[in-house]
Amino acid sequence: MWDKVMIGMLAQNTLITLYMTLVSTFAAYVLGLPMGIVLVVTAKGGLKPNRMVYKILDIVVNVVRSVPFLILLILVIPFTRAIVGKAYGPTATIVPLVLAAAPFIARMVESSLLEVDQGVIEAAQSMGASLCTVIVKVMLGEARTSLVVGATIVLSTVLGYSAMAGAVGGGGLGDIAIQYGYYRYQGDIMWVTVILLVLLVQIMQYAGTKLSKKLDRRTR
Amino acid sequence: MESIIQIQNVTKTFAGKDGGVEALKGITLDIERGDICGIIGMSGAGKSTLVRCLNFLERPTTGTVFIEGRDLSGMSEKELRQTRTEIAMIFQHFNLLMQRSVLDNVRFPMEIVGVKKAESRKRAMELLEIVGLAEKAKSYPAQLSGGQKQRVAIARALANNPKILLCDEATSALDPTTTKSILQLLQQINRDFGITIVIITHEMSVVQEICSHVAIIDNGELAEHGTVEEVFTSPRTAAAKKLVFMVDPKAGEMRGKRCIRIVFKENSSFEPVIANMVLECRAPVNILLADTKDIGGIAHGQMILQLPEDEAIGARMIHYLQERRLTVEEVDSYVG
Repeated sequence: MWDKVMIGMLAQNTLITLYMTLVSTFAAYVLGLPMGIVLVVTAKGGLKPNRMVYKILDIVVNVVRSVPFLILLILVIPFTRAIVGKAYGPTATIVPLVLAAAPFIARMVESSLLEVDQGVIEAAQSMGASLCTVIVKVMLGEARTSLVVGATIVLSTVLGYSAMAGAVGGGGLGDIAIQYGYYRYQGDIMWVTVILLVLLVQIMQYAGTKLSKKLDRRTR
Repeated sequence: MESIIQIQNVTKTFAGKDGGVEALKGITLDIERGDICGIIGMSGAGKSTLVRCLNFLERPTTGTVFIEGRDLSGMSEKELRQTRTEIAMIFQHFNLLMQRSVLDNVRFPMEIVGVKKAESRKRAMELLEIVGLAEKAKSYPAQLSGGQKQRVAIARALANNPKILLCDEATSALDPTTTKSILQLLQQINRDFGITIVIITHEMSVVQEICSHVAIIDNGELAEHGTVEEVFTSPRTAAAKKLVFMVDPKAGEMRGKRCIRIVFKENSSFEPVIANMVLECRAPVNILLADTKDIGGIAHGQMILQLPEDEAIGARMIHYLQERRLTVEEVDSYVG
């Protein structure tokens, strides 16, 4: 059973999982990062408090976050079909992955930015810094290690979600685990996919921690 | 002298549950170009709010502030940002960017106004030279002591050649020796660059050390304002007296005894005035508080003495001190 075909399939699906995870996380940051920034800026006591904007965004984030991923996956099938043209396969899985990860990222970014010392923001304002400068150079700059740690958590979460999408033909390692391990009772293949998923998470975590340490200048 | 800062009837109310907190209740104050003006008050008096109104980090609820005759309340967001580049500020907790090197921290204000990188590097190095930290240019704030951090903050504040420097409790987190060196640096900056300095503090010693003028803020109101000499020698209001006498709970034991406060301002440091008085009058005195220092051979500061029970000797001592042109006043009516 452990022939070239099987090993080739596992290798290919590991790459597919990586593809789904990395592309979705990136796209989700394109949406989620600005959302997180807007949450912090428009919050009460923020740089530009705006109750309406904050409330709407806050509710949207909460609603999407409360839908379990597997259900979201099925709920957005019409939308996925409209964008990608089909509702199965790795590329189609990216759509619900982005929708689920973006609000999660918004919260992660929000909490990272809230950690930034208010005094430093005030100092920048006292120098005549614009809102944009304060956000980019002070908030994002000072929170960078926290943001990297957050991104690491997001990556492993998205990886987990992508495996879940295997249940509806999403492709990748999760798909293999369900097809072979669950439907065909080939427990060994399921174990191999699990080990591969664990390895992927470990590598991401290691790289993330390493990078955040490297970026941090706050220690002696 | 012209006023560089004119504070006109500024009030500030912070919204709260029961109608809000009135932090400032109509403050009017002029600060002249080249002055080092101390704004002193107990914690919660409103002095930090007041200093934030000077660059509109806090917008006054009513009233306004003029900087070089320009009304801040009439400015657009952009004009206000432009004006802020002329009003630098340093803080109690330094507020440096922790993820940037010392050099890049000093470059930051120049980055904001769009100075070219090569030019800003050169200027930043010059500034670090001035504050005596050129060798720390590549270090990060976390590697510096409190005093060094404040020096970096001062270099950063000078980057865009400000006309005014606001100091919000800039020495409150520092030990006395470091405080002294930072105050000397501020004095040097005032002298060399003609920058008007506003110092917010709760310590009278800071005001005495470097300020030319002082404003006493009490409970959101301007209690007293004048030269440091005037206010220190003859404080009129209760708030001023409290700060000048530095009354602490222990001083309450003076109650009921006859005490005098002596202010030194023109006597030679080399004359042992109190010792000579004791020798002359042949009676002991109890020194309850002494805070004097030698500034260029002249004694400056104050003492509070407890006089002997004997009325006649007490009167003689007062007379002795007055003969030596010291300001003497009885304080037993005040303390407690």
